[in-house]
Amino acid sequence: MNFDLTEEQQMLQETVGQLLANECPVTRLREVFDSDTGFDEALWKSMAELGILGLNVPEDFGGAGLETLDLAVVAETMGYHAAPGPFLGHALAIEAIVRGGSDAQKQKWLPALASGERVGAVSIADAEGGWASNQWKIESGESISGEQAFATGGHQADLYVVGLAGSRLGVVEAEASGVSRERVDGADLTRRLVALQFNQTPCELLADDPEVARRLHDVGCVLLAADAFGGSARLLEMSVEYAKTREQFGVKIGHFQALKHQLSSMALDVEPGRGLYWYAAYAQDHVKDESERIAAVAKAHITDRYMDVARNAVEAHGGIGFTWECDVQIWFKRAMFDRAFLGHPGEHRRRQAEMAGW
Amino acid sequence: MDLNYGTEMEDFRQEVAQFLDENWPLKGEEKDWPFEKAAAVFRERAIERGYLYRSIPKQYGGSEQPPDVLKGQVIREEFGKRWAPLEARGIGTMMLVPTLLERGTEWQKEKFVRPTITGEITWCQGYSEPGSGSDLASLKTRGELIDGEWMINGQKIWTSGAHLADYMFCLVRTEPDAQKHAGISYLLIDMKQPGIDVRPLRMMTGSADFNEVFLNDVRTPEDWIVGKRGEGWLVSRTTLKYERNSIGAAQQTGASFAGLVKLAKETKIAGRPAIEDETIRERLAVLEGYVKAHQYSGYRQLTKDSKREDAGIINMMMKLFSTEIGHQTAKLSMDLIGDEGLLSAGGAELGQRSSSAQGWIGQYMYSLGIAIAGGTANIQRNVIAERGLGLPRDAAADRSSGK
Ligand SMILES: Cc1cc2nc3c(=O)[nH]c(=O)nc-3n(C[C@H](O)[C@H](O)[C@H](O)COP(=O)(O)OP(=O)(O)OC[C@H]3O[C@@H](n4cnc5c(N)ncnc54)[C@H](O)[C@@H]3O)c2cc1C
Repeated sequence: MNFDLTEEQQMLQETVGQLLANECPVTRLREVFDSDTGFDEALWKSMAELGILGLNVPEDFGGAGLETLDLAVVAETMGYHAAPGPFLGHALAIEAIVRGGSDAQKQKWLPALASGERVGAVSIADAEGGWASNQWKIESGESISGEQAFATGGHQADLYVVGLAGSRLGVVEAEASGVSRERVDGADLTRRLVALQFNQTPCELLADDPEVARRLHDVGCVLLAADAFGGSARLLEMSVEYAKTREQFGVKIGHFQALKHQLSSMALDVEPGRGLYWYAAYAQDHVKDESERIAAVAKAHITDRYMDVARNAVEAHGGIGFTWECDVQIWFKRAMFDRAFLGHPGEHRRRQAEMAGW
Repeated sequence: MDLNYGTEMEDFRQEVAQFLDENWPLKGEEKDWPFEKAAAVFRERAIERGYLYRSIPKQYGGSEQPPDVLKGQVIREEFGKRWAPLEARGIGTMMLVPTLLERGTEWQKEKFVRPTITGEITWCQGYSEPGSGSDLASLKTRGELIDGEWMINGQKIWTSGAHLADYMFCLVRTEPDAQKHAGISYLLIDMKQPGIDVRPLRMMTGSADFNEVFLNDVRTPEDWIVGKRGEGWLVSRTTLKYERNSIGAAQQTGASFAGLVKLAKETKIAGRPAIEDETIRERLAVLEGYVKAHQYSGYRQLTKDSKREDAGIINMMMKLFSTEIGHQTAKLSMDLIGDEGLLSAGGAELGQRSSSAQGWIGQYMYSLGIAIAGGTANIQRNVIAERGLGLPRDAAADRSSGK
């Protein structure tokens, strides 16, 4: 038994971390955060050059052909740096096309997605609420009409994997006729959302197999959990750093036991999540009968912890923590996103209970 | 990452099952042996096959296998199904043995490890004193070397199992002039001698598992010291690490959680199984998130240990994490047993059989004992903050350690 990342995975994580530290330090992150689009084209290009935009694309179609755990360790690093941009939806769109696309469809979309030339996104939140595939309502067909609430990718997305009635998935080009998109006033400005309207829009259906939608959903949960782990680890670091520098009553505030205990509780919220998200990611490709349930457990648990850590991090910074100027708010809002996107923890816990046969 | 799921594990399960078919219960003329003797013989055979004491070197009686929690799990499951004897549990196996393996001399390992793991001899831990609990290094029990023998005087308290133990591993001040931490030695003491007076203390559960131990001119040979004179604090840290890890053993929280789910299935709320109640389901699901996080942190810790790499801050967290989960589990069980929560924990020391509800009540109380023993929750938080996160040391602790 070996429950650890491989050397390659550790290197991957390091390389991505270095790229983000160099090209998207907090000063740059803040600019993107406050920008109109929330998109950093140069950063996207660098990620493409590094090959991380096609990690889960098979080698035959120009990608790296790696597994969910590889994708997840990158997501952790993205979460740690609060990397702005459409990475999450892009990776999920790829996942759906890889699993549900015909050879022709794969040939058509995957190489351009892998190279980052085109930005992929997902639109799987029904306008009336519901992320689960059995809640999708838009009639599936070669032409679709209807509304969806929280599509990823902001105004950058070139194509959408869309959730349709009967747990079907289809691919819609952003430029196609009858597509209109409206900016959502989201909290997390590192990952912009739009609401989509389709009006007799051409749509290419993926395989008629509910497993594809399930996989998309589960891998999504795992990536959000990984992002949440990385983000909460960063917030802990920032809070500890602050406690070591800020002085009150003539000493560093880190001397006060109440604050120390608050910080160690945060650490206790963060660190045990690492193994959980690793296992959830590993299970997607290796432990079939557990994959769906453990993805739900990881998503519910780790994103919940992230939100708790984020609240504590604001508090640990005092007044400055409550300002727009303080970096903590950026991660706080990522926590809100990770917790709500694909359904809040309560929903996943209901599934968790059901799948256990409770 | 490689968890050997699938066929390899199934083959292993078959192999264990076949071994058990052939070896437990004992056959032929061994069939009628008394349990203790049968268990000892069976354990030897299971060790030979590599099923028990997998982390202990062969030369000291273990089976020296590469660490593998999944195989460990399979072994426990298969043994459990047939009520076959597992490893003898106890403070000696879980704390002293690893300490001796890491810090003991050759003859100490030869003499003590094998009989400890077979259950032939048992141990108690003599650390805490009436005036020295969290501030353990302030301990006062004195040891003097007189004519090639240690002469020990003082008092220990909360000593679990002292009334049953053959030996005690004990912290004693042997260098009264040295700085606080540097004045302590780690001694092994034979409990069956006149100078030792063990007085039971009744715990809140009703049973009397811990004791006061008075030591008056107690003797132990000069070389029954682990580590050098004045190194006892360091040596005790080794033991404490194992105590925290063993209390932190993720298996325990997993097993308790499974018991809790079973309880929720068997208990009725308003005529329907409690497990169908939305609130109970939600609470179970929340708790399971922690249980799983604990389980996979345990996997990770074990892998790091086996590679002799440091798992980092997680090592300092496992005790606190598991006691918090233990508390939540016990609390939910109390809500499930409802009116039976009016009962006592059952009189374990009187040999009374407790009902299942009383078992949970006992666990509810014990979850507190575990939170205190081996370093209180607050002390764990200090350790995580100061050693794990690098926050400034507590001023009072610094003063008292004479730094
Ligand atoms: C069931 C059980 C079994 C035990 N078995 C053994 C055994 O076999 N052998 C043995 O040697 N001991 C044993 N102990 C003793 C145990 O190790 C001590 O009780 C424990 O270390 C706490 O010491 P204390 O009781 O003196 O409490 P104190 O140290 O007096 O603590 C009282 C309270 O003050 C808090 N406190 C103290 N210092 C600090 C600080 N610096 N910062 C914040 N809070 C602080 C503590 O967290 C606690 O809440 C056992 C205890 C129990 C409950």
